[in-house]
Amino acid sequence: MKKTLTTLALGAAMAAGPAMADLVFPDLSYRTGPYAAGGIPFSDGYNDYFTLLNERDGGIGGVPAKVIECETGYNTEKGVECYESTKGQGALIYQPLSTGITYQLIPKVTADNIPLHTMGYGRTSAANGEVFSHVFNYPANYWNGASGVVNYLLESNGGDISGKKIALIYHNSAYGKEPIRTLEELSKKHGFELIALPVDHPGQEQKSQWLQIRRERPDNVVMWGWGVMNQVAIQEAANIRFPMENFIGVWWSGAEHDVMPAGDKADGYKAVTFHNVGRDFPVFDDIQKYVVDAGKAAGAGDQVGNVLYNRGMYAAMLAAEAAKTAQGIHGTADINAAMMRDGMEALVIDEAKMAALGMPNFGPTFNVSCDNHGGPGLVGVTQWDAESKTWSLISDFKPSDTEVIGKLIEEDSGAYAAENNIESRCK
Amino acid sequence: MFYREAGDFKTSYADDSQTFPIKFDRVRYYVVLAVAFGIIPFLVNDYWANAILLPFLIYSIAAIGLNILVGYCGQVSLGTGGFMAVGAYACYKLMTAFPEVSMFIHVILAGGITAVVCMAFGLPSLRIKGFYLAVATLAAQFFLVWLFNRVPWFYNYSASGQINAPERDTFGILITGPNAPAWATYLFCLIFLTFCALVARNLTRGTVGRSWMAIRDMDIAAEIIGVNPLKAKLTAFAVSGFFIGISGALFFAVYLGAVEVGEAFGINKSFLVLFMVILGGLGSIFGSFAGAAFLVLLPVVLKVVGVDLLGWPTDIVAHFQLVIVGALIVVFLIAEPHGMAQLWRVAKEKLRLWPFPH
Repeated sequence: MKKTLTTLALGAAMAAGPAMADLVFPDLSYRTGPYAAGGIPFSDGYNDYFTLLNERDGGIGGVPAKVIECETGYNTEKGVECYESTKGQGALIYQPLSTGITYQLIPKVTADNIPLHTMGYGRTSAANGEVFSHVFNYPANYWNGASGVVNYLLESNGGDISGKKIALIYHNSAYGKEPIRTLEELSKKHGFELIALPVDHPGQEQKSQWLQIRRERPDNVVMWGWGVMNQVAIQEAANIRFPMENFIGVWWSGAEHDVMPAGDKADGYKAVTFHNVGRDFPVFDDIQKYVVDAGKAAGAGDQVGNVLYNRGMYAAMLAAEAAKTAQGIHGTADINAAMMRDGMEALVIDEAKMAALGMPNFGPTFNVSCDNHGGPGLVGVTQWDAESKTWSLISDFKPSDTEVIGKLIEEDSGAYAAENNIESRCK
Repeated sequence: MFYREAGDFKTSYADDSQTFPIKFDRVRYYVVLAVAFGIIPFLVNDYWANAILLPFLIYSIAAIGLNILVGYCGQVSLGTGGFMAVGAYACYKLMTAFPEVSMFIHVILAGGITAVVCMAFGLPSLRIKGFYLAVATLAAQFFLVWLFNRVPWFYNYSASGQINAPERDTFGILITGPNAPAWATYLFCLIFLTFCALVARNLTRGTVGRSWMAIRDMDIAAEIIGVNPLKAKLTAFAVSGFFIGISGALFFAVYLGAVEVGEAFGINKSFLVLFMVILGGLGSIFGSFAGAAFLVLLPVVLKVVGVDLLGWPTDIVAHFQLVIVGALIVVFLIAEPHGMAQLWRVAKEKLRLWPFPH
């Protein structure tokens, strides 16, 4: 108790925040810990895109963007600390890249009137804007991913996968458990057998799971992994000579660093995705010119064009576009978090806009609306080529099973609304 | 000079055996209490409450709980994270089953449930001790986390396996959920901390505490002079579990609001609380406070100094943090193995004599 005094004295200096002039985009990144391999390229892409906007266009609508980076280590307690320490500095939007931190922040951002964008992760039922006013997860969510995987399997098996065995190897946390409900529903619908195999944090221990896979001989293995778990799983699959063509990961299990350690044996591994891969887009020339060559790249500057770098850049692009939309709606360049939320809800991403940004066909086109915060849920498939060390998109962005997903979203968000006394707000 | 004892006379046994026998200490204690209860609630904002004060208060309760077991009774435990999880899940089940009941009651009941579970895992302590007991409690840690991950009943069959604290109040003031005011959450935890510290301090001064310490110092000798080891050890486990359960319930319901058992209550949590107890000082209530404050504040201070003031990259600061915390632990254990409480005791001795040391 004596320490509280010291505590008080210490903090007086820290409580004072800087003046609010820029558009502030906090980056709750993680460059340390077992998930750093994914956190670093994402954060680099996020930072670099805003640096590009500042250097090339002089900011967003004439106002410079400022990224405040805060290290979470994928730890929820540190994530809360980061959120509390940055929200007073005019934060416009949070993108924590962690399902655990997302669950912490959902009620907090709603109370503080700051939007939260969990692109391709977080709480899936947040797609229902009627209930989750401040949470967005466009352009696709986990259940779209799960359905996308099943659709792809259907397609490659001539439309019939009844009687097939599909094993799901997943991270034993909220993140990994998300697709199970959807896959169970889909297994009833399409008649395949689902085997769920949990892997505990951080994921290095998978021997017994792969032993079981070897024994059960599933036709396909689906993976919901992140961080070090992916590399180990792909290596283990190679060790038991599981055919890589039949091994398909979610978008968080399909980047360069996941497949590289297994070398040539990872050739043919697949992953679903909601944006394009590679660096054959005009925007990368600009990034090279204005950011990398100018010595302003985030981190080591060696991640440009990697899958997760692209995703970080895509996240930054969507945030910047939402900020522009908000500036248009409210007629002021100096927007606050509440205006930003309106901008996100009115966001329209069409092909012309993407082409103008130097990202033609980089991701699906979509419109966000009051009741649909989840976007269209279009899912593509990528495949790894070990020889040229590149990922390539092998299918178009295709729709997922909205009939099944829509019902599950309705159910889950309805339960949340009942638990927290939320009335639907879109009329 | 600074530390005045002159003229501080005791005329009764009650005077002599009070917690703070020196008037100077006693006055300061009341001042701290007055500031904590009377001034901070009016000043506290979201950042202060959620990033610094709540973790400090809650970890202090956990450290007091573990200190009773390890510091006072000598039973090494690595199961703190698991027992905190019991408190959190008990609180969650109670909150969702009885929404109209006050949070005070939920938290205390959660502590009671944890006490029972902790006692069950304390049973092997009658036969084994030292490292072997550490391994047995380690098993409790892994078993409990596995259990809460495995059995959907504990998380009310939610799709993600997470538990979320719904909005609950006490005397009409919101305590949990995002709309709970910072002062209310702070005061709520402070009341529990004050209560736990008072109970712990008084228990350790009485018969029960003496029997714990007798067991710690030499269990066979204690048995010969008439201490019942079964009773002493199990009461230590029960009281310790009660406090740790309260801290787990507060950690989940008031501080974080949503918890994933493997991440929030993993083995790291057990180590963190154990470090707090060891650094703060085994067998000292003040040490529990000091240890919790040290390990909660140090990362925040390092972050503020490294990132905000010096402008270093966040990953370098995060790595430095590991190095600095690790180095400080080593230095501490070499320079002052009895922890910060002992540093304070030595400082007090010196201040008594200053400026005329012999």
